[in-house]
Amino acid sequence: MADSFLAVEMRGIVKRFPGVLANDHVDFDLRAGEIHALLGENGAGKSTLMSVLAGLYKPEAGAILVHGQPAQFNSPRDAIARGLGMIHQHFTLVPSQTVTENILLGLDEPRFLMRLPNYDKRMAELGTRFGLQITPQAKVWQLTVGEQQRVEILKMLYRGVQVLIMDEPTAVLAPQEIEELFKTLRAMAGEGKSIVFISHKLNEVMAIADRITVLRHGRVTAAGLRSADTSKAELAKLMVGRTVLFDLDKKPQAPGEAVLTLDGVCADNDKGRPALRNVSLAVRAGEIVGVAGVAGNGQSELAEVITGLRHCTAGRVLVQGEDITNRPARLAIHKGVAHVPEDRAHVGSAPNLSITDNVIMKSYRHPPLAKGGSLDRSAARRNAERLKEEYAILAPSVDTPVRLLSGGNLQRVILARELSAKPQLLIAMQPTRGLDVGAIEGVQRLLLTQREAGAAVLLVSEELEEIFALSDRIVVLYEGEIAGEITEHDPEAIGLMMTGGKRRTGG
Amino acid sequence: MTPTASRRNYQLPFTIRIEPRLNVPRWLAPLVSVGAIVVALLLGAVVLKLVGGDPLAAYAHIGRAAFGDIGVFSDTLVKATPLIMVGLACSVAFRMKLWNIGAEGQFYMGALGASAVILSGLVPETASRPVTIAVMLVAGMLCGAAWGLIPGWLKAQLRVNEIITTLMMNYIAVALVNFFVFAVWSEGGFQMSKTFQKAAWLPRLADYAKEFTAFRGLTTHFGLVFGVLAAVVAWYILYRSLWGYEIRLIGDNARAAEYAGINITRNTVLVMMLSGALAGLAGVSEIAGVVHRLQTSISPGYGFTGIIIAWLAKLNPLVVIPVSILFGGLILAGREIQPSGVPRLIQGIILFMLIASEVLLRYRIRIVRTAAVGTEA
Repeated sequence: MADSFLAVEMRGIVKRFPGVLANDHVDFDLRAGEIHALLGENGAGKSTLMSVLAGLYKPEAGAILVHGQPAQFNSPRDAIARGLGMIHQHFTLVPSQTVTENILLGLDEPRFLMRLPNYDKRMAELGTRFGLQITPQAKVWQLTVGEQQRVEILKMLYRGVQVLIMDEPTAVLAPQEIEELFKTLRAMAGEGKSIVFISHKLNEVMAIADRITVLRHGRVTAAGLRSADTSKAELAKLMVGRTVLFDLDKKPQAPGEAVLTLDGVCADNDKGRPALRNVSLAVRAGEIVGVAGVAGNGQSELAEVITGLRHCTAGRVLVQGEDITNRPARLAIHKGVAHVPEDRAHVGSAPNLSITDNVIMKSYRHPPLAKGGSLDRSAARRNAERLKEEYAILAPSVDTPVRLLSGGNLQRVILARELSAKPQLLIAMQPTRGLDVGAIEGVQRLLLTQREAGAAVLLVSEELEEIFALSDRIVVLYEGEIAGEITEHDPEAIGLMMTGGKRRTGG
Repeated sequence: MTPTASRRNYQLPFTIRIEPRLNVPRWLAPLVSVGAIVVALLLGAVVLKLVGGDPLAAYAHIGRAAFGDIGVFSDTLVKATPLIMVGLACSVAFRMKLWNIGAEGQFYMGALGASAVILSGLVPETASRPVTIAVMLVAGMLCGAAWGLIPGWLKAQLRVNEIITTLMMNYIAVALVNFFVFAVWSEGGFQMSKTFQKAAWLPRLADYAKEFTAFRGLTTHFGLVFGVLAAVVAWYILYRSLWGYEIRLIGDNARAAEYAGINITRNTVLVMMLSGALAGLAGVSEIAGVVHRLQTSISPGYGFTGIIIAWLAKLNPLVVIPVSILFGGLILAGREIQPSGVPRLIQGIILFMLIASEVLLRYRIRIVRTAAVGTEA
């Protein structure tokens, strides 16, 4: 069994969660000095498998060998002791402490006196070795997300890991930052360290991985494919189990009148800092305007200003010619503004209420659902049954609380509610985030159907591919400003605008 | 986290797993509640035994003292009447996640309002009983609503924590009633007002003893009807009206409600007023049905018991009725056995068990045989 080239060997791993078999006799091996991508849809069992390797979960069955020796981990600490470390999607850093302090946290050295300057020097050296630029004295809250990720990587390197597992590391990064991360990963592999790169993004996997293992429904569909020997189309098929259409059938169509007009809009974020600066934008009937940008550059605030959920400090918001600036959210709904929010569980739905109650959130005030001051329960039920059918919502019944639904089904509930109102303007925030490839396609088709039906669509997404595939025009938000507008397929230019590298005036 | 080597394989032949339930069968909730009460009574029996009592005899006595015959059951219902109303008051507020701890104060304000219209002479003594009672109801419920309005408005406009304000307003209400009892309406220097005219008394079953001899001596008064009606109305509001839909939506996810265009500020004020009015109704009912005058200490903490009742009824207005009757019985029987102490303790154990049993509704506990050693290593 022992193979000296293998850094890690996992054999027949079984991990069960209530109602789900997350890993079904999964085999996985990792060579020394390679970058190995673990590819699969959401819920395919990638993170579970790697959490088993990192000592976070105990498998029901199966064996782990590290450098040919059997290993059993009771905690992540055990795994790190054997040289295996994992960086999760959500970072585990203490914002008020410095980079060095964060890296030293939980270690036995230093014992009592911190002697931080010594360690600062060591951290800087370690960073330089792997191309990770950091300021050891900086407090973590001052860092960008990309820099925080570097701290997480340094934390693992400092603990001497030989195997680094990264769970969807690019989700939070801008294109240029992704390139830097890849450089670091290659440098690490060059020193003989092994990297597991968990992702569902085909482009990135093809760009970085030496070998690829594909998981689907908890099983391996392809083990250790050399990335040079495969293609995006083949990988997509292995992930989804069928051929995916990447070209959506988007019909050319002339846009009509402007439905949404933003005129010099400014707004603050929750912390009272300016989040939108002088944004002017028009979305016409029958067109999709894509808003690209790294998360946190004002996208959420933009959607909230339009839907009446956030106060506008300057400028005007017009929907169908009517000024709805700083008017109640109800007026926007009344004017035909539909909103697919970014945060499905905390904004878009009431988790403990049934599907029936969730799909009437915006229409309950009017007949046929409202009868005087009462709610017509049977009309609400019929409405829910119809939408469940029409939007293929998978649930035991319309009485099921929506917290029990999967991400894709919850999104269908939200889309069913928003689109069944036949909106004039649709604000779609990250509509496909976290969904399976199959579900993504369904959602994208629904957006195109809205466009064909003559609705104005404002699409906010971090997936550049999606923006390119769906949008008629693309604007880039950077630090609350419109950094530019693009009509041609030019990822390079967008990437620069997204990181503030280049500015164009909108036109 | 444990050091690497210290935690090694001393495994039991089985492991206990706690898993979230994906769906809850309908029969489970009542079954678990009954089971929790049985366990609580068993624990209570242990306590009774430890203090040297005879558990069986004690329980039999409680049962007889609360539900043994029509006479004591009638007394149980008298105790249950204000509990139903304050239970409803808490239920509607809690449904919107407004933590109204002030039902006690709102109860006192209801009593004060109802007394004021009688004692100030606003309602002439010659007025008929329906008119007198109606004016008392309106005045009492308005006073209760006002006592809810203040913390509601503070919460809605200034984000003042309603737990603190409602709690503090309890003391103000009690002090206010004391002021009127001692200073304004004191009858001959006693800590009570004069007795109300008969027209301000809610009819009792005993009043009809002439027609129905079976009613002789029964103290159950018309307030019970108000309580049951209020429960039906509260149920209809919460589960069948547009307003109730808004309340439930805000209660489950305020941000989603805001996103759906619901005015949370307005609803916060309105629901606190409704809650206050229901607690005020309890005050009116107690004054007009039992005490027949304004005096100090008219409530042995009904407003706080209401919190427990609302919780045990899972905020369902119709379930509030049987839970209140159970609690009414326990209060009555408790006095029979011992003024305080053991009966209170048993109440506490029951409450504790019922709340702890919630976990069984949300999770299932499975005992799984551990896989043979070797496959796991």
